[in-house]
Amino acid sequence: MCSLSEGMTSPIVDVDTVDLDGTLALIDVRREEDYNQGHITGAVNLPLASLLSGDSPESTVKLFEELGIADDTKVVVYDDTFGALASRVAWTLQYIGHKNVALLEVTYLQWKEIGLKTSTEKPNIKPAKHSLNLNSDIMATAEYLESAKEKDNVVLIDNRERLNFLEQHIPGSINIPYRTLATDGKILRTKESMKNLLKNRGIPENAEIITYCGSVSTLSGLEYYALQSIGAPHVKL
Amino acid sequence: MNLKMAQQLRPSKSASKKPKIDWSRREEADNFAHTVKLYRQGKIDHDNFRRFRLQHGAYGTRMADDYAMVRIKIPAGQIYPHQLEKIAQLSEMYSIGSAHVSTRENVQLHWVVLEDVSEIMHGLADVGLTSREACGNTVRNVMCSPLSGVCNDEEFDATPYAIATARFLLRNPLNQSLPRKFKFNFSCCEKHGMTRIVDVGLIPQIRKLDDKTKQHGFKIFLGGGLGNKSFVGHQLEDFTPEEDLLYTSIAVLQIFDRIGDRKNMARNRMRYLVNEMGWDKFKNLVLKERTIVRATQSVIIRLNIDKKSNEIKRPISVSSENGSIPDGYARWLKTTTYKQKQEGYRAVFVTLESGDITANQLRAMADITKDFSAEGFARNGFSQDIILRYVHESDLPKLYSRLLEVGLANSGSLTMASAVGCSGTSSCNLALTNSHRLAKEIQRKFLELKLDEDDDLRDATIKISGCPNSCGQHEIATIGFFGGGARVGKDMYPNYSMSLGGRFDDKSMLGVTCMRVPVKRTIPVILKIIELYKKNKQSNDTLSRWIDRIVHGNESSEIKSVKDMQKVLSPLVIPPSKDDDPDFYADYGSDTSYHTVTGKGECAA
Repeated sequence: MCSLSEGMTSPIVDVDTVDLDGTLALIDVRREEDYNQGHITGAVNLPLASLLSGDSPESTVKLFEELGIADDTKVVVYDDTFGALASRVAWTLQYIGHKNVALLEVTYLQWKEIGLKTSTEKPNIKPAKHSLNLNSDIMATAEYLESAKEKDNVVLIDNRERLNFLEQHIPGSINIPYRTLATDGKILRTKESMKNLLKNRGIPENAEIITYCGSVSTLSGLEYYALQSIGAPHVKL
Repeated sequence: MNLKMAQQLRPSKSASKKPKIDWSRREEADNFAHTVKLYRQGKIDHDNFRRFRLQHGAYGTRMADDYAMVRIKIPAGQIYPHQLEKIAQLSEMYSIGSAHVSTRENVQLHWVVLEDVSEIMHGLADVGLTSREACGNTVRNVMCSPLSGVCNDEEFDATPYAIATARFLLRNPLNQSLPRKFKFNFSCCEKHGMTRIVDVGLIPQIRKLDDKTKQHGFKIFLGGGLGNKSFVGHQLEDFTPEEDLLYTSIAVLQIFDRIGDRKNMARNRMRYLVNEMGWDKFKNLVLKERTIVRATQSVIIRLNIDKKSNEIKRPISVSSENGSIPDGYARWLKTTTYKQKQEGYRAVFVTLESGDITANQLRAMADITKDFSAEGFARNGFSQDIILRYVHESDLPKLYSRLLEVGLANSGSLTMASAVGCSGTSSCNLALTNSHRLAKEIQRKFLELKLDEDDDLRDATIKISGCPNSCGQHEIATIGFFGGGARVGKDMYPNYSMSLGGRFDDKSMLGVTCMRVPVKRTIPVILKIIELYKKNKQSNDTLSRWIDRIVHGNESSEIKSVKDMQKVLSPLVIPPSKDDDPDFYADYGSDTSYHTVTGKGECAA
């Protein structure tokens, strides 16, 4: 698995590599009242709702600065909603140009269940400076989608539940329900199993893959990281 | 802290007991994957592919070619904790995060992408399960009463015979291409199994021989079955000794294979053959064939019957605190548990709404089985339920709390409240109505009104099919429904045909058609029937007995016949205009106006 001391080489980290000595920033994206009742020792709180209420990349950068995240901070994000909300926050960090960000492989509940350290204490946060370099390659706007659909080697993935997909979907899209991404107490499948999933749906890993879901790109955010975990090079949200 | 250390620090969970038989063949999964590829490349035509797919337990899904339903066979309903966990995992990775427990002890995974079916088959092979011959013109899952081995009225435990029969027939060339599907049901006693509504039904019995020794054997019923046209099975002979069980099964299968109708899909189950030929003629043919089978075996073949009894070992109670007993315990205890013949133990019937169980609930059931059942596995039942046996009476309050935590502590599983519904328009190609949802609505209403606690209603049943093909077994229900459409002018509404007085015990009979009831009037009609019963009942009466008297014309109160019943109920079923009540024209689970769309069924492919 990845070793954090050598920089973030994997978009997902296993619980063993999360040391709690303060060399990395842990972001808990659950609601504030849940966070206050207990969180992974040392984690700061950023509820997804406060992130979404920001209306510009600048205000988003400010939000992360207030949490003490600088350009070179190693960040690990977690939630208690099968990784979807954490994905959305991690993706946002990548979007504003942050390089060192990964998801925790388990949810908070699973972390607690295996008996790892939690705390109710809030860490002291030293605000930091973060630059803004929009990484627009990882975002697909509606406009972009229209033009991309004409291209070969573009695959559109719908991450909503199967029954929602069957009711209605963007023409040509392929359904991979978000729940099928998880397995055995981890938020994502093994790499091998993920590769198989794509193969069985005829999706080439090097295709330009655009993921979507029904709301604010939480479900498709998880898919985004599932694809990153196997090294798919061109994924957009 | 490291993960492995952390895991070691957790209280160790007891391991799953391992099944004795591995039903799987891993190479079938690879072969399936390969065949799907050939089909996609156009190298296998649709009909051949469909036959292959069904043989391997993958059924087509309503209106969606690229999806399949995978039906996992659970012979005799015996399912082990690690198998439940695996099904939970597979349902999340390849299906819709939930599974469906069928009325024939199978577990089904719906909306599976065709290419993922082989992945599921691999997963099943990990835990010794198979979907082979779960669909198609084969011998389907061999059922056994969930109470076999613990039933107070049984003469001996039929489970080893059911398992041995399943083992003999699975992948046997004898049943790979029958005229139509073929079903075996083993029971424990007259009351608990459905032996007269199936191709071959068996009830264990013991005969005393002249020299005072005891001989094990069966009452065998042939040619029963529910469907578009239903028949009650006939008993072959007074007593069939256990040595003849296999020969009889082979003889019946061979006759059906040889002279069963392969052309008329709608009428080619064995019951039609029996009916057309006449029972006496058919019976003689079976007896003659059996003699030939017995005489011409080149080697003596026997069923491999494992009579070693299962180890009964009560799991160690983690704590024996006298905590407070949660509300509803008494009601749950009364309406979902069965006192076993083994002193101090009960069988607990866990009811599922229309057979649906989520992945998390499956995992919880796996843990609960390990923690509470002294035999270490669970059994699927006849009513889309899961039965946990050998639960020690002193553990019941704790079991109730555990079930409550995961939403599986509904009361009423052994009462009229646990209505059965087939999958209906929620996924079946043939369905006309959403029977699945109606069953849930009825169950909720009964529990809300606490009707599950009413002893008078306890032995009555409600069963619903979404079309005339009795997958919901409506014809053996005290109150049965099958779906159709009706119209007022040009406006269609979902409608059910209601039958009364069906039963599947030693006085088995099919329900008598009473009247048509619009879907949104079914619950008021059922409640009205209960009200009429309460008004007219005799002392020590039950609803099912009262209805039984009515359908036989033996009732002396105001309702003497099915006709009288129809008259009293008819004001309830008059359709309102669409403007007055648009909801009347929509089925449960749908907010748009009703129209019928059906595709082609695959039962007979």
